Amino acid sequence: MNPDEVIVSEIEKAFPEAIEEVSEFRGERTLYIRKADLKSVCQFLRDQQSLQYNFLTDICADDMLPEFPRFAVNYQLYSIPRNHRIRLRVRVEDPEDGPETVGSIWAIGTWLEMEVWDLMGVRFKGNTSLRRLFLPEDWQGFPLRKDYPLGYEEVQFSFNFDEINAKKPHATKD
Amino acid sequence: MTLSAGGDAIQELTLEELRNKVGTGMEIEDAEEHMLLSMGPQHPSTHGVLRLLVELDGETVVNLAPDIGFLHTGIEKNMEAKTFTKALVMTDRMDYLSPMSNNLGYILAVEKLLGVEATPRAQAIRVILTEMQRVASHLVWLGTSALDLAAMSVFLYCFREREYILDVFEMVAGHRMMVSYFRPGGLWRDVPEEFETAVRQFLDFMPAKIADYEALLKNNPIFLGRAKGVGVISAEDAISWGLTGGSLRGSGVNYDVRKANPYSGYEQYDFDVPLETDGDVYARYRVRMEEMRQSLRIIEQALNKLPDGPIQIDNRKIVPPPRAELGRSMEAVIHHFKLWTEGFNAPEGFVYQAIESPRGEFGVYLRGNGGSKPARVHFRAPSYVNLAALPKLSKNLFVADVVAIIGSIDIVLGEIDR
Amino acid sequence: MGVEQKLGNLGVVTYRLEDLVNWGRTNAMWPILFGLACCAIEMMGSQAASYDASRFGMELNRPSPRQSDLMIVAGRVTRKMAPVVRRLYDQMPEPKWVIAMGDCASCGGVFNNYAIVQGVDEIIPVDVYVGGCPPRPEALLDGIMSLHEKIRNEKLGDWA
Repeated sequence: MNPDEVIVSEIEKAFPEAIEEVSEFRGERTLYIRKADLKSVCQFLRDQQSLQYNFLTDICADDMLPEFPRFAVNYQLYSIPRNHRIRLRVRVEDPEDGPETVGSIWAIGTWLEMEVWDLMGVRFKGNTSLRRLFLPEDWQGFPLRKDYPLGYEEVQFSFNFDEINAKKPHATKD
Repeated sequence: MTLSAGGDAIQELTLEELRNKVGTGMEIEDAEEHMLLSMGPQHPSTHGVLRLLVELDGETVVNLAPDIGFLHTGIEKNMEAKTFTKALVMTDRMDYLSPMSNNLGYILAVEKLLGVEATPRAQAIRVILTEMQRVASHLVWLGTSALDLAAMSVFLYCFREREYILDVFEMVAGHRMMVSYFRPGGLWRDVPEEFETAVRQFLDFMPAKIADYEALLKNNPIFLGRAKGVGVISAEDAISWGLTGGSLRGSGVNYDVRKANPYSGYEQYDFDVPLETDGDVYARYRVRMEEMRQSLRIIEQALNKLPDGPIQIDNRKIVPPPRAELGRSMEAVIHHFKLWTEGFNAPEGFVYQAIESPRGEFGVYLRGNGGSKPARVHFRAPSYVNLAALPKLSKNLFVADVVAIIGSIDIVLGEIDR
Repeated sequence: MGVEQKLGNLGVVTYRLEDLVNWGRTNAMWPILFGLACCAIEMMGSQAASYDASRFGMELNRPSPRQSDLMIVAGRVTRKMAPVVRRLYDQMPEPKWVIAMGDCASCGGVFNNYAIVQGVDEIIPVDVYVGGCPPRPEALLDGIMSLHEKIRNEKLGDWA
């Protein structure tokens, strides 16, 4: 049995309801995990002797607009002893009601979740350090969401130079 | 007690707020006498615009919180507004000490999404150039972190050799730093004739130079005193904190993406993964010095069996036609026009591609939605993850040690903030 | 022919104070040690062995803004960094000059988005713009020499 099938059968044995869907694309296996089960599945994946996913590589959120549920959070797991990668994907309907934090399982989890919160606005239950990280404290909105504008400024050319110049802030000596 | 260290955007913090900011599970000690120190964002030894909020008991670090984002560029968002090819230039400017590695990671992710693979010649050239980039990046790391520890001459020597590598990059790509040389399906153009001579010359003089740097530092009591036994992290903690690259291997964990999940034909080359077990600043220094030597080995092997052949795949839906064809073939004109206006369409789906950048595992999560622009790009930036362990590493050490530790985990702020 | 023949026995030379002051200002110009992004690496390169900016009297980078008279804005200025840049500039004593190094500092460069200030001249006055992404060390040195040229033509009266 290849490692991809091992993990699915192991999880199904321990948590019969947890896996919503299994997909494969370009040789990468993605397990869609029910949001409520995520933390226990992660704990299981790390501690089970036959799995040992001891390395949390990345957490990344994805805005699937206009699909529903709109948000998805990816957990890239890697097992150093078994040299195997797996991706857990959690669908999130309401970003304020996100999955539980995995900071107690892998220490890096808290830090990675902070990035997701700052840029995508998915709140992780139980993570008390969620705050503005990259953006100034008073920033409104979450830039990586699809409904957030890129914030493009018009480019000055010679034909519209004066028009834009008049609107631009200009610094002075004091 | 409050702290103000900047303009409007830098908020005032009390000790309590700083403790909340740290929030990484470190126990908080009760103390009235503690002092808050703000290091940065303009600080000579933070390797960029990093701000550290440090809670001090005398000169001992009790708590530390990195305040990042002073270089947040919105690269991930901006890439969604560009086609797959045009988004490439953004990756150069992310980790500006290793643009080739960033290019490679992103391009491999795009190729994986498209389901194509570059030609053997393109792959070998990619390996040569990324390994040269690794040496160049380690040279900057060595120069600046030695400079932090008051060894000025190492910096001057390192930059001298780095210039040679940049000259080679300029020869192949036309630009010293922001190369954008790897393209989906291969390379922008073939390497010039002089490339092989130039790289061979580099391989000739470089081992002696690395020995020179080591000679400057290896027996230097100041350097050893500030590097040995400082910032220790155990293998178990290093894995839990997600460290990668030299910082992980300095703790004795044998994980190198080039060996674990080979890409671009790394499985053909014979090289060692240097390991140290001490997990301190000095161990990380030793690992990176040895990595430079291993990189030279890889470059030599790749150069010796550099295959002939095309540098791009011949899928005209992805790779633009050569200039000469445009005058002869209507089809080529159409392809050219399509590719440079609209770009190619990628299928629906998402991939994750990891490579070993000089700083650790650089991962790219890429989602296509059937269109010509990426629907979501996310970078697993090794610097960002390695920085998280800084509070743990510098606990109960002196402020001066924090400087040494920042140097040893080798962070680049452009990559942290993106 | 050395300066001795010019001076004769008097030991006195008459010269315009303005030129002397400007000469002094150009030949001991200490930049603030302040790197933001990619351009900072090229700025370091221009001070290292191959390009050696100390030929122009500026080998000394001052970590403190209070000791420096030139700010090289090397890299993209973000909305979060902008107040800090302005504050550093305000802390520098007069006379002070600013070089916007690279496209991002000059006009925003390739990053036309929510996070980047489209040109550092929106927050601090800039004397010389150096184009390039990032500019080569030679380009930065050329920018510095353009600034020297500008300073040599300055009138003391303008400062009064």
